[in-house]
Amino acid sequence: MKLEFEVAVTLKEGLLDPQGKAVEEALPAMGWENVSHVRVGKLVRMTVEVDDPEAAAALAEEVARRLLANPVIEDVKVRALEET
Amino acid sequence: MRPRIAVVTFPGSNDDRDALRAVREMGGEPVPVWHRDTDLQGADGVILPGGFAYGDYLRCGAIAGFAPVMDPVRDHARSGRPVLGICNGFQVLCEAGLLPGALTRNAGLAFVCRVIRVRVETMTTPFTAAAEPGDVLEIPIKHGEGRFVADLDTLARIEDRGQVVFRYCGPEGQLDDAFNPNGAAHQIAGLSNEEGNVVGMMPHPEHAVDPDVGPTGGQVLFESLLSSLVAAAT
Repeated sequence: MKLEFEVAVTLKEGLLDPQGKAVEEALPAMGWENVSHVRVGKLVRMTVEVDDPEAAAALAEEVARRLLANPVIEDVKVRALEET
Repeated sequence: MRPRIAVVTFPGSNDDRDALRAVREMGGEPVPVWHRDTDLQGADGVILPGGFAYGDYLRCGAIAGFAPVMDPVRDHARSGRPVLGICNGFQVLCEAGLLPGALTRNAGLAFVCRVIRVRVETMTTPFTAAAEPGDVLEIPIKHGEGRFVADLDTLARIEDRGQVVFRYCGPEGQLDDAFNPNGAAHQIAGLSNEEGNVVGMMPHPEHAVDPDVGPTGGQVLFESLLSSLVAAAT
């Protein structure tokens, strides 16, 4: 069984995100005065091939926490996509 | 005795040559080590140099933290012997869990490349033993992701235990945001582990040992390292 996962990595709340800030500062110039709190992160997709979906989810979670994100500065959210 | 100092080359390291040269110029015996090596050839001290290990593609220093050579580096650190991470090497030490906190994008987003000043905050590391607290060193920086961050509890613990080794400062050692090139928390330019034997720093002491090519603020780090190793051996 192959399962696809999507991992979203963002800087923790409260940590200065200069990239998000740069985007935010461009908003009023384009006429969007009512958009705020922009945070820029990264999105990782991966396919996990194991027998049961629970083990796949656990493995995806472990990969996300141990490699894809640094828990000191980043939050990570793992989401299962459709079976491929 | 000429202390043997290993300098690790990861794919993408680019300050390894300068680090090896600085060790030799300052009287040590440079020992080149490859990232796939599983021993440090009996080195007394280890330097993780600057650059872009494994391209820094995932996060700076992240993949290097899992390199085979990091096992003997970890053992070396745990046995209380000196380890210095410079710039990318500092990022690797944080990612490998040998130093607290993390280094992330400079507050101004720009890559910063210039000579700055740091104030020596502690002498209780093998890399600052020959300095005086309050000494101001001129050393270059060159990084895009050198803003030291940690959560408030970690920062408080680092400060309480005197783990801050260098802070960005002005010409007279004054601490002011104007002298903080990357927005680092508490103006931290370098810090140590609790034991003091593992130090990471964003400035490049290996580029600051030869008066012919710039400032010499890096000399005292190598002097400290080599003399503390000689003292430990006798």
